[in-house]
Amino acid sequence: MTHFARTRNAVPLRADAVPFVEIEIFRREVLQAVDAGGRLLLLTGLSRKNGETRLLAAIADDAQGEIALSSTIVGRAYPALTTDCPAAHHFEREIHEQWGVYPRGHPWLKPVRFPPAGPTIGKADFFTVAGAEIHEVAVGPVHAGIIEPGHFRFNCHGERVIHLEISLGYQHRGIERALQGGPHRGTLHLAETIAGDTTAGHTIAYCQIVEGLSGTACSPRAQTWRALALELERIANHIGDLGALAGDVGFLPAAAFCGRLRGDALNMTALLCGSRLGRGWIRPGGISLDPAAETLRELKRRLRDAERDMRNAVDLLWKSSSVRGRFENIGILTQQVAADLGAVGPPARASGVDRDARRDFPAPLYSERLPAVAVGDAGDVFARAQQRWREIENSIAFIGQLLDEPAGGAARSAAQEHGLAPNAIIASIVEGWRGEILHLALTDPAGRFAGYKIVDPSFRNWFALATAMRGQAITDFPLCNKSFNLSYCGHDL
Amino acid sequence: MFKTLLARARQGNRTAPYPVPDPGLPALFRGRPVLDPAKCVDGCAACVDVCPTDALRVSEAGPELDLGRCIFCGDCVAACPEGAITLSRDWRLAASKREGLVATGDRPLQIDALGRELRRLLGRSLRLRQVSAGGCNGCEVEVNALGNVVFDASRFGIDFVASPRHADGVLVTGPVTANMKEALLITYEAIAEPKLVIAAGACAISGGLFRDHQEVSNGVEGLLPVDLYVPGCPPHPLTILDGLLRLLGRL
Repeated sequence: MTHFARTRNAVPLRADAVPFVEIEIFRREVLQAVDAGGRLLLLTGLSRKNGETRLLAAIADDAQGEIALSSTIVGRAYPALTTDCPAAHHFEREIHEQWGVYPRGHPWLKPVRFPPAGPTIGKADFFTVAGAEIHEVAVGPVHAGIIEPGHFRFNCHGERVIHLEISLGYQHRGIERALQGGPHRGTLHLAETIAGDTTAGHTIAYCQIVEGLSGTACSPRAQTWRALALELERIANHIGDLGALAGDVGFLPAAAFCGRLRGDALNMTALLCGSRLGRGWIRPGGISLDPAAETLRELKRRLRDAERDMRNAVDLLWKSSSVRGRFENIGILTQQVAADLGAVGPPARASGVDRDARRDFPAPLYSERLPAVAVGDAGDVFARAQQRWREIENSIAFIGQLLDEPAGGAARSAAQEHGLAPNAIIASIVEGWRGEILHLALTDPAGRFAGYKIVDPSFRNWFALATAMRGQAITDFPLCNKSFNLSYCGHDL
Repeated sequence: MFKTLLARARQGNRTAPYPVPDPGLPALFRGRPVLDPAKCVDGCAACVDVCPTDALRVSEAGPELDLGRCIFCGDCVAACPEGAITLSRDWRLAASKREGLVATGDRPLQIDALGRELRRLLGRSLRLRQVSAGGCNGCEVEVNALGNVVFDASRFGIDFVASPRHADGVLVTGPVTANMKEALLITYEAIAEPKLVIAAGACAISGGLFRDHQEVSNGVEGLLPVDLYVPGCPPHPLTILDGLLRLLGRL
């Protein structure tokens, strides 16, 4: 790893500090880094000049909390990395779609988001399985419930799924394009809506970019409340998904209890900032509102009540043999596949991949205190459900610590939102409830975003869901899907 | 079985009564704006300059705030040097006409209930198909909450169904991405007459933050005939419930 520039979470580098190397060296060194235990954090196009595209790779060193960056220049084509590094598979499809560059040898460059200039959505080549008794079930984009749209094709033999083809892009709103040239008055709010159920996660990732590029330090107190926002978001979504899992196997008491408890968690966030999703709370430089002592006492009381009721509801799940019979040994994601694909978040941890950005990339959040990290091993629906519950328990314990000794400092430091450091590059990592969120920004000579890249954890995990469905009964798909609960708009951007 | 019943007793009855004069929204809730033109200073446009969705306009009569575009971020409240804009705790924000969403002064929003025949058909049983067309899962989360035991829309006969063939209308969220436009229109076509259209959230009403992006259609504007607009980013479940009940002439 000689041609890499090293940095840490939310610490900017001069853009010209990132090495430029020939594609052969770039490819060899990225693959070597991944072989040596590094993780492909990002592979993307960065800019284009005279028909040539600059590609950037970011490698995560989880043990050291370091991010290594390298870049190369390619013409119309280059030898694909996917053939030797499966985690590059989706990134190279994206490079092909966004930059028109052809990664030679990539197994299948299917469209990722169907942007306006490309082919019409739905009119694409899909993987198909042939045979006399093979049939195909197509679902979506409009699904049966109140959820976001996506298209699934199940290639089945009887009820057994041989392969699940996931085709997304229906939610593509052009967010990355709109962020270019910013920050402007809408930028923060766009960050809040990258994935609405992950408002705290993505907004913190964005704010860390602005703070890093403007040299703004958030007070420990502001960091505390941000951590609180992130953990409340985790609790709300995890308990909601446990309820949805119960609903998918027809166990309605737990579904009803958890649905209510999800709302209680959202209402805790609303108690602190007025919005159930935490809109308008997290701002560059800190947070907009410092909760009053009385509010924090009320929060503690509500959290204690919610914990008791959550425990009661979840105990019911674990102790019902009819529920366990549907959860166990279903949709297994093995540790090897999870690691190879670069999976993140609860699905990766439930498969034994010990990876959590709160611990691995702590700065500036969680710099002094850390929640416990739960890691499972079985990788089935049951493991993912248990993983959610263990994370809820850890989050509640962690919030207890935060509330017992809130740190000092101003709620918000004056952050310069315009005229950020020029010609700089910065990566920001946050462990959202779905897993690792990555934002990467490159600024121009005027200190505006020349490029802004967002990698929602869903981008890394959708293919893991497809592999977990292989050999499963098609009737178990809702269950598998919910145990991952990936974001459509976070992927489609 | 016994354990389940015991848990049911412990979890208690959680359904929130509605309508009630004060549904207990948080003190910081950002609801219907109250604008005080008397406080406006001539030539000042501080609020207009910070609005991320161009929802504000200042005319001679004072500030006007288009709730069809507003994301209730409160940036204008913070920017106004005179305190002419406040966001009240009033959650009742829906309106049946697009122009009725323009807030001036301190005026509640107007909903015309459906006509007698439609009320007879749908007033006690409304089945809706929800279509997310670029929604960020903010509006979807809050529409979903209508089905939980707290908001329990089904006690009023309002339910969300899987098939448009079973639906009396469509509730749209999101700015209607180019990639979802056809699916939305096909879903609408598949619903039998008479049918309603409800646009929930700033995106569905006007495109919201994504207005004029080449990837979206500015919400259902010009695509579908809307019977109820529910502002918010996202709207609170009670805002949606209240709008639906008033549309059905139930409040």
